[in-house]
Amino acid sequence: MGERILFFILAIVAILSAGGVVFSRNPVRSALLLVLNFFTLALIYFTLSAQFIGALQVIVYAGAIMVLFLFVIMLLNLGSPDAMPSERDLKRPLAYLIGFGILVTLVVQSQALLYPGAPQASPEVGTARVIGLALFTQWAYPLLLMGVLLTVGVIGSILLARRRAS
Amino acid sequence: MDAVPLNAYLILSAFLFTMGAVGVVVKRNPIVMFMCIELMLNAVNLSFLSFARYQTDLLAQVSGHVFVLFVFGVAAAEVAVGLGIITVMFRLRESIDVDEVTLLRG
Repeated sequence: MGERILFFILAIVAILSAGGVVFSRNPVRSALLLVLNFFTLALIYFTLSAQFIGALQVIVYAGAIMVLFLFVIMLLNLGSPDAMPSERDLKRPLAYLIGFGILVTLVVQSQALLYPGAPQASPEVGTARVIGLALFTQWAYPLLLMGVLLTVGVIGSILLARRRAS
Repeated sequence: MDAVPLNAYLILSAFLFTMGAVGVVVKRNPIVMFMCIELMLNAVNLSFLSFARYQTDLLAQVSGHVFVLFVFGVAAAEVAVGLGIITVMFRLRESIDVDEVTLLRG
């Protein structure tokens, strides 16, 4: 029972913070609510016996990626809410309609799944040892391709950010 | 022990994904749009991990975790390039309103 109560609280916090990211007018507030959302998701990952992924979620998302976001907001001076006036009203109802359609489709389809009722995974599936072994044996070539992708991304962003010598 | 059913995780994932999708359409600030894309990626990660927990095969369980790692990598690369593009956009014209960026319009 305690597990269900914990999940319910975490899910409420995650949904509320996600709504805050979307509906907040202030970009800095959106970024901080996104950090809260990432932390609650990391806790949910821990309850899913994914310890390694949960720790990586905190380090990579809440640490690295959010610092990047806040840095760009600071650099471009977008912190004040009136830097960007209110959204155009034309496409809002359409967006809510599409979102409602996506939500209904996802929920209905996921309820139709037939899966065992009890969790099957043992807790040591989520440890760094098991994941690392799989990553460096079975998934070695995709891992190398991921390295290439990240290198290309870094070089591309440096090229984009460099000022043209004129 | 009374565990949380798989459907509960999937419904939470559906809610988070929908909020991200609506946010991408509704917002005009490209940085907040990127945050909403991160929301969607995290919703997919959540469903990957919950599916992995309810698989009977050990190989399939570990594969779910490895896929989440690859999504992390793609998200990091996407954010690096995307924020670089936003910076260049801001340098070219002093506003970064996505409705005003029509350079590629034919």
